[in-house]
Amino acid sequence: MKTLAQLKQGEKAVINQITEQSLERKLIDLGCVPGEKVQLSKTAPLGCPLAITISGFELSLRKDEAAYIIVDSIA
Amino acid sequence: MSKDAHTNVLLIGNPNAGKTTLFNALTGLHQKTGNYAGVTVDKYTGISSYNSKGINHKLSITDLPGTYSLFPKSLDEDVSFNYLMEHGQESVVVVVCDATNLKRNLLLATQVIDLKLKTVIALNFFDEVEKQNIKININALSEMLGLSLVAVNSRNGEGIENLKKAITEAQVSKASFYDINELNKKGFANYTNFLSQPKKESNNKLEVSDKTYRYSAINYLTAKHIISPVDLKLKQLSQNIDKIITHKIFGYVILLIILFLMFQSIFYIAQFPMQWIEDGFMYLKEFLKNNLPSNKISELLINGVISGISGVVIFIPQIALLFLFITILEDSGYMARASFILDKLMKRFGLNGKSVIPLISGTACAVPSIMATRTISNYKERIITIFILPLISCSARLPVYTLLISLMIKNTSKVFLFNLQGVMLMLMYALGFAMTLITAWILKKVIKNKENSFFIMELPTYRLPHVRNIFLTVINKVKIFVFDAGKIIVSISIILWILSNYGGREFNKVKEQRALFEKQQPLNDSVSNHFNNLELETSYIGTLGHVIEPVIKPLGFDWKIGIAIITSFAAREVFVGTMATIYESRDSENVMSIKEKLMLEQTQDGKPMYTFKLCLSLLLFYVFALQCMSTIATTKRETKSTFITIMQFVYMFALAYLSSFIAFNI
Repeated sequence: MKTLAQLKQGEKAVINQITEQSLERKLIDLGCVPGEKVQLSKTAPLGCPLAITISGFELSLRKDEAAYIIVDSIA
Repeated sequence: MSKDAHTNVLLIGNPNAGKTTLFNALTGLHQKTGNYAGVTVDKYTGISSYNSKGINHKLSITDLPGTYSLFPKSLDEDVSFNYLMEHGQESVVVVVCDATNLKRNLLLATQVIDLKLKTVIALNFFDEVEKQNIKININALSEMLGLSLVAVNSRNGEGIENLKKAITEAQVSKASFYDINELNKKGFANYTNFLSQPKKESNNKLEVSDKTYRYSAINYLTAKHIISPVDLKLKQLSQNIDKIITHKIFGYVILLIILFLMFQSIFYIAQFPMQWIEDGFMYLKEFLKNNLPSNKISELLINGVISGISGVVIFIPQIALLFLFITILEDSGYMARASFILDKLMKRFGLNGKSVIPLISGTACAVPSIMATRTISNYKERIITIFILPLISCSARLPVYTLLISLMIKNTSKVFLFNLQGVMLMLMYALGFAMTLITAWILKKVIKNKENSFFIMELPTYRLPHVRNIFLTVINKVKIFVFDAGKIIVSISIILWILSNYGGREFNKVKEQRALFEKQQPLNDSVSNHFNNLELETSYIGTLGHVIEPVIKPLGFDWKIGIAIITSFAAREVFVGTMATIYESRDSENVMSIKEKLMLEQTQDGKPMYTFKLCLSLLLFYVFALQCMSTIATTKRETKSTFITIMQFVYMFALAYLSSFIAFNI
């Protein structure tokens, strides 16, 4: 099982599930829903937070938040 | 013959959808701010007009705070939601969407459609849609959504007339996007009914399923009617800029340079117009003095009212520059990057990356910055941010710093290439900021809270700030300052003038004596000065100053400074005006700037009063003390806690007293 926090810079994946409920409610407002493609676009200088690209915009979130987002790799 | 029609319009939309730019494009300078009932969020309203077929439409437009959906998750979103539910029926709702990012923006749009309100969708940033080669079939989407979609570019005003036309013709959409069966099963008659239910834990699941349902509908629509080149590709330019701006070394260097330039220019560039304003007012006073009959009323006008007004006007250059910088940094998308690269550091001090924006705009004013903390959803992080914000040196302290620093250091002094006064000013800001972090760190250890902390934030595409939009924002902010702060400052100046020109029995005795002397021979300068000082000391305000003198004496302050400190509670900048009024009200013969007067001021034993030590002590007092009624009131309203409000005041006062005491006595 892979989470968003484990992606490498530039790696793409598909969101499978968000396992924390309050986080899920927040992210869904921003279009972060299961089935969406994401890409890890950058990491802040101190290793956290991360920035992901999703349906045409960029979203930043902390590493521990990203760890709640389970993703499927795409080839 | 022309008829009149009136329409209320609500602008609602995601943060970064260009809502405020659109609001500016619609209303120009016809804007007002007020408050929403019961909350302190600034409510921006404005007027726009549209003529068609002999009907003159007047549009009253309200700009609601940015929101991602109708399930509010922050205090800002609460405000938008409540206002929409309350006033939606009698208004036309314009959902402002970032057209380059429609999928997400349509979530809110479909929710508003389901409320069965008259709705129009504005597709903002349409110029970028064309540039990015995105094809949107507006007609087809319009038909599917059952309402008008209008392409606009709020930055240059394209499409604004079409939008106004659509507003005047707005209809309730017949489309619906919620799962009717699902809601009926749970006992909700319709969507409005569902949203207006008190929020319960059990509704969370419903919220998620509602949105999932919407996204599948939106995906169907966008797949059919929008052709976007590549889904995961962002604007290359933005990505390239970010490589530098969020770089592990350059990122912080750039941030420091920006802040440094900001402060240097506020101090250096602003001093020229400030000098012109000061000279202008001195000239005006001189002119009035020579041309008005000399009586109490002209004295009140010249030394009370005009001194008060000049104390407000002189502020405009600095405030305008500060808001100019902040607006550019926000509009360009830089502020979000500053939050991004600082979140981890901020977290160490119990803060959030989102605290960066309030902290930077705190250099303008603590009041709107405290309100801006509403985007921080974690209670502990928000409370810490609010608590420490007034320690950031705000623009109201600038005139006080400016005056005191100019008394301490000669204008020509330099360190390398930098003006020493400017460096001293930066030091004061740095000191405030250092204390801000230390305090935050202490609070982090003290406050216990287990709630999750989030840092979920959009990094908007870099956009070149639009000159007209920035100009309008700065003008409107300055206008608010001039009228809000101005009212207080001018009235205090008048009260001060009265208090310093009248007094009890002692005061009248001095007056009689002076008259007696004057009968015998014209008074020379030194005798006249002697009487001036005696009159001020025995006036009502002098008495008040003497009452508090024992408390502030250890800091080196006399009763005159005491008066200025008391009146500073209305707003810190009043300090300068008060000093001007105190020294001026007794001295109607000479027109001199307040700085020159303070330099001549002596202690009882004939030494200069405003020494380096005293100025430093006073400076430190103003860096730390929470002398601002508006901030205290805002903290109370935003935290809803008397305890926090009192603690904040006591803590900052103790800091101020202690540091001034040390500075003066070492």
